[in-house]
Amino acid sequence: MTLIGFLSYAITIFLMVAGLTIVVSWGNLIKTLVGLGIFQTSVYLLFIAPGKLIGGTAPILDPRFTVYSNPLPHVLILTAIVVGVATLALGLALVVRIREAYGTIEEDEILALDAENPDDGGPRA
Amino acid sequence: MALAVVVIARSRSLFTVIILGGAYSFMMATVLTVLDAVDVAMTEASVGAGISTVLLLSALYLCKNEEAAPHGRLWLPLAVSITTAGMLVYGTLGLPAFNDPAAPIHTHVVPRYLNDAVRETGVPNVVTAVLASYRGYDTLGETTVVFTAGVGVIALLRRRRRQKQGAVV
Amino acid sequence: MRRDLVLRVIARTLIPFILLFALYVQFHGDFGPGGGFQAGVIIAAAIIFYALIQGVEATRKSVPEWLVETMVASGVLIYYGVGAAGLLLGGNYLDYFVLSHDTVHGQERGIFWVEVGVAVTVSGVMLMVFYMFASRAKDPE
Repeated sequence: MTLIGFLSYAITIFLMVAGLTIVVSWGNLIKTLVGLGIFQTSVYLLFIAPGKLIGGTAPILDPRFTVYSNPLPHVLILTAIVVGVATLALGLALVVRIREAYGTIEEDEILALDAENPDDGGPRA
Repeated sequence: MALAVVVIARSRSLFTVIILGGAYSFMMATVLTVLDAVDVAMTEASVGAGISTVLLLSALYLCKNEEAAPHGRLWLPLAVSITTAGMLVYGTLGLPAFNDPAAPIHTHVVPRYLNDAVRETGVPNVVTAVLASYRGYDTLGETTVVFTAGVGVIALLRRRRRQKQGAVV
Repeated sequence: MRRDLVLRVIARTLIPFILLFALYVQFHGDFGPGGGFQAGVIIAAAIIFYALIQGVEATRKSVPEWLVETMVASGVLIYYGVGAAGLLLGGNYLDYFVLSHDTVHGQERGIFWVEVGVAVTVSGVMLMVFYMFASRAKDPE
């Protein structure tokens, strides 16, 4: 594999692992959601980078060009971006409700509060 | 972009995290434009840097929480991440090379889309043609997903006015 | 931000152009980058910009909640309706070929209405989520 091919995969892997680290290691729920977003963008790179042909152009048909980059990953990633933002909106609504119910958005504090009163079904909303 | 991600990971102020997330989305949109994905770049710029930042900031305002607590043990997540990185590097050795016209992604169904899109649909933008016509069912499902997310947010966050009985949804 | 003169003037000048650009992106999605999703998000961003400058109450008067809720549902209905129109006119579900006198025009018409449905739903949902977040802060428990 050429150097630039290796570079594109290396960046994708770095972003993916960084997003995964943020999601796994941080307790703050909003930061977890941002880390999840970073993970999703790395997957977009993973799909789109192999579709690019050097010397090609954007996949809009025109008589002046003959080589196009692959349009199929673009379609999949377009759907993925919109679904990602829908998930983010729902996740943020859940975070707001959790904040109102528990008074905090740190995971370990929430788990501690749940361990104190297990049969409550959560503190009063 | 890597620098932005590292600062996001290490920063404790949530406001910084959100603004850097918006800047990261813009940089990602630039990279996508270089990779010839113009539709995706436009969507990523408007959705990632626009709507995501607005929603995160409004959620932050509602949570009234400015700082994340300092993280305790970092060695276990780092070990998991490095192991995952190793497995991914091993996986990418089998993936197609970067600029290879004979890769499987370019050979199965895409030549038909590129050759016949204008003749069959009359739309030069192949991405729109594939999204709306060749793969129209996927777009139908995606619109339903967006609709469901909107309904879910309404169900979670709407306030009822029945406050005199003390029962608030 | 209501009293900041520069922001108000710039917002009042820019927002019509942003909405016009959103319509351009929507209808020229066939010939350049663009399409339903981008246009919907840009419309929502323009109205959120207006809400940031003038306040959410003023925005709620111009773009009331019942209108946004109707937009959310009717976009999906338009999409399903195009599919049903394919059924009623003799083809399969979501068949664009039967929508007009020849197949290419049928495809163009189907793609046009589908993109309109997508843009309406996406802009409605983004705006609805923003309104929900904004109204949650009004009366704290």
